[in-house]
Amino acid sequence: MDAQLKRGILDVCVLAAIKNEDSYGYKIIKDVSPFLELSESTLYTILKRLEEAKMLVTRSVEHNGRLRKYYHITNNGLARIEEFKEEFKEMMTVYKFICKEDIDD
Amino acid sequence: MTKEAFILELRDRLAGISKEAIDSRIEFYSEMIDDAMEEGLSEEEAVSKVGSIDEVVEKILEETPLRNIVKEKTKNTRKPRGWEIVLLIVGFPLWFPLLLVAGILALVAYLLIWIFVLVVYIVFIACAAGSIAGIILAIINVAGGNPVAGGLYIGCAIAGAGLAILMYYASICITKLVIKVTKKSLLGVKRSFVGGKKNE
Repeated sequence: MDAQLKRGILDVCVLAAIKNEDSYGYKIIKDVSPFLELSESTLYTILKRLEEAKMLVTRSVEHNGRLRKYYHITNNGLARIEEFKEEFKEMMTVYKFICKEDIDD
Repeated sequence: MTKEAFILELRDRLAGISKEAIDSRIEFYSEMIDDAMEEGLSEEEAVSKVGSIDEVVEKILEETPLRNIVKEKTKNTRKPRGWEIVLLIVGFPLWFPLLLVAGILALVAYLLIWIFVLVVYIVFIACAAGSIAGIILAIINVAGGNPVAGGLYIGCAIAGAGLAILMYYASICITKLVIKVTKKSLLGVKRSFVGGKKNE
């Protein structure tokens, strides 16, 4: 997949992974990996970016004698997912147009 | 590699990036390794899952803007002593022009690389234009009752088209190469600012 396109989609995938319940780094990778390749370093960058954009907030929870960082989606983050869905609908109409050209050939 | 060794080496290789940025990264990787081990992976496996040190360092350097690295570098250097300041001021007519020339030379060298790329594109356009001109001239000559010259022009057109195809691929390859080299050089510049003694 085109790197630029993948970057935009990965952001939304990470948001989707924490949409229903707060999650932590290792679990986010496990949840997203079946759909898109996501490395630890990439996830770190995405989480930082989303936090700066106020789409998620973090909190540390004690777990087995150590701290684990949980990520919680904000209203901005939820809005981003909805926005993506709308964008994708537009993209689908373009996709249909492209495929239609194929059939006509 | 153990988790501790991984973190120690990462810290060393990233020396020069702001402490908060390093701590935040290491906290993240450390949690990842712990979670992977909790899943049943051995320490070795959990560490290698995060990626090799080289990969991790490269990724971090790519994402850290050069100005942040330079800013951190200047923050960490000690205050200059009195005589150093005097030397800096007295030597200004010497070091400033030298630095300026070095900077301009580097810029010119970089521009030259791009001009070379531009030349390859121009040769491509010339070959393509020559090929089209050859076809037109061939048609004119054949129509004008001069098939021998027409044949010659057709030959030229085919040769031009062949060259144009070659030059087209050459120009794309060269452009990609130059962009790659530019990225690598930038990484090299960043690397020269970052890293502990072990790395040198």
